[in-house]
Amino acid sequence: MKPESKLEKVLSSGHFAVTGELGPPKSADLETLKHHAEAMRHYVESYNITDNQTAIVRTSSIGVAATLIQMGLEPNVQMTVRDRNRICLQSDLLGAVSFGVRNFLCLQGDHAKFGNEPQSKNVYDLDSMQLLQAVRKIRDEGVFIGGEKLEHPLPRIFIGAVANPFADPFEYRPLRLAKKVAAGAQFVQTQCIFDLERFEKWMEKVRELGLHKKVYILGGVTPIKSIGAARYMQNNVSGMIVPDALIERLKGAQDKKKEGLNIAVETIQRLKEIEGVAGVHVMAIAWEEVVPEIVERAGLYPRPRVE
Amino acid sequence: MKSITRQKPFSEVVQLLDRFDRVYIIGCGTCATMARTGGRDEVLEMKNRLQETGKLVTGWTVIPTACDEMTEAAARENEGAIKNANCSLVMACALGVHRVNSYLNNKAVIPALDTLFIGMEDSPGNFYEACAQCGQCVLGETAGICPLTACNKGLLNGPCGGTNNGKCEVDKEKDCAFTLIYQRLKEQGRLDLMRKYHPPKNYQVVPRPRIINLG
Repeated sequence: MKPESKLEKVLSSGHFAVTGELGPPKSADLETLKHHAEAMRHYVESYNITDNQTAIVRTSSIGVAATLIQMGLEPNVQMTVRDRNRICLQSDLLGAVSFGVRNFLCLQGDHAKFGNEPQSKNVYDLDSMQLLQAVRKIRDEGVFIGGEKLEHPLPRIFIGAVANPFADPFEYRPLRLAKKVAAGAQFVQTQCIFDLERFEKWMEKVRELGLHKKVYILGGVTPIKSIGAARYMQNNVSGMIVPDALIERLKGAQDKKKEGLNIAVETIQRLKEIEGVAGVHVMAIAWEEVVPEIVERAGLYPRPRVE
Repeated sequence: MKSITRQKPFSEVVQLLDRFDRVYIIGCGTCATMARTGGRDEVLEMKNRLQETGKLVTGWTVIPTACDEMTEAAARENEGAIKNANCSLVMACALGVHRVNSYLNNKAVIPALDTLFIGMEDSPGNFYEACAQCGQCVLGETAGICPLTACNKGLLNGPCGGTNNGKCEVDKEKDCAFTLIYQRLKEQGRLDLMRKYHPPKNYQVVPRPRIINLG
């Protein structure tokens, strides 16, 4: 079956891919989000739409995906296992495919404790690994988790996962990726990369396991806006490494924002050189307007055209 | 194994007793005594506090094990005082509340405790949840550490991306269950189990309410 997803087409034709990210608002007014999406139109293949990120109630990922499709843009629908049981996850998958979504990213999701409904029940009927496998089986074998057959086969969808090279146990992380690939992941997007040395070590092990040939790895890149933002990520975001050297570099810079962009551009340039890195996932939440500049300066513009 | 309980805030107890002026108090000599939530001392303290709010406490007892059939004998023994009250306040876990309810079903039974979990005691007075009673034990492949209980997300296929120096992102004081599992499997030479895929759990094995008949 031929790929239908533009992201999959770009990756499978050997181009270095770029994906962006949009965080739905805490309202049903999508004007600002549409504006951001429009600004990135020619700079990214597709857009991750977060799923109630950090457990904060927002417009649903699938709802926003419908808007993007109307705009002629391609969404990567993020699906966390935090809020929905297997009935709802599978049903939402079908619903999203029905109106044209072709990329899905399966992930665990932040615990509800972090969000604005901390008293809610965490579902976790499935974990992200089980969701990956379920989505793959629905597509490839035409069966639901419970064993019942779909009435009609699914079109070709592109299945993604996340990987965190910076969380511990460090030596287990590449094996965890192997497990995700075996479960069904065709592409992975990583946690934001600030510690390139650590990332390279992870990639070494990933290559040893031959995983870079089985899954497209998109390195996560986030431009840092200020020293405060860097410190916040260093101290408050679990499973993220922000080296002190990076904070020192920002401190020494006259224009912090400009330096933040420089760092992001340099990171992408280094990622392009690493064997097995197939693209980048640029996460500039609340700073979306800089994505075109980053992509352009990193030498990734114009984006390839695929049929 | 102990049923771990916590006393409800006194204001909640008072609110639950709002329509009752005569109260009989029942404690439990087993779990609630060990958890210091419904033993003799706590029952007497409750009695005094209720009296201060103007309630008439018609009597009290601490049943050795409130969840078993001895409760019936205790109920008979104290029939007078129980009849004299218009409700029973039970300072036992929910099992005790149910047991009392089954003997005193013409009178209101009010719980004074919240039942939290089935706990193990690792040092005096320190209880932790070891089993979530999921009905499908995975300990054989997780080095004896239960991820359903010890992982805040109850994951089966390895750690989420939030482990930080072996701690859980949800609670920085708490060890990441999968880091513990990983280390112990490593010591046991069974690390291959970390690569094993665990299929979705069968929650049908825990139909509610769960009933088993050994007869």
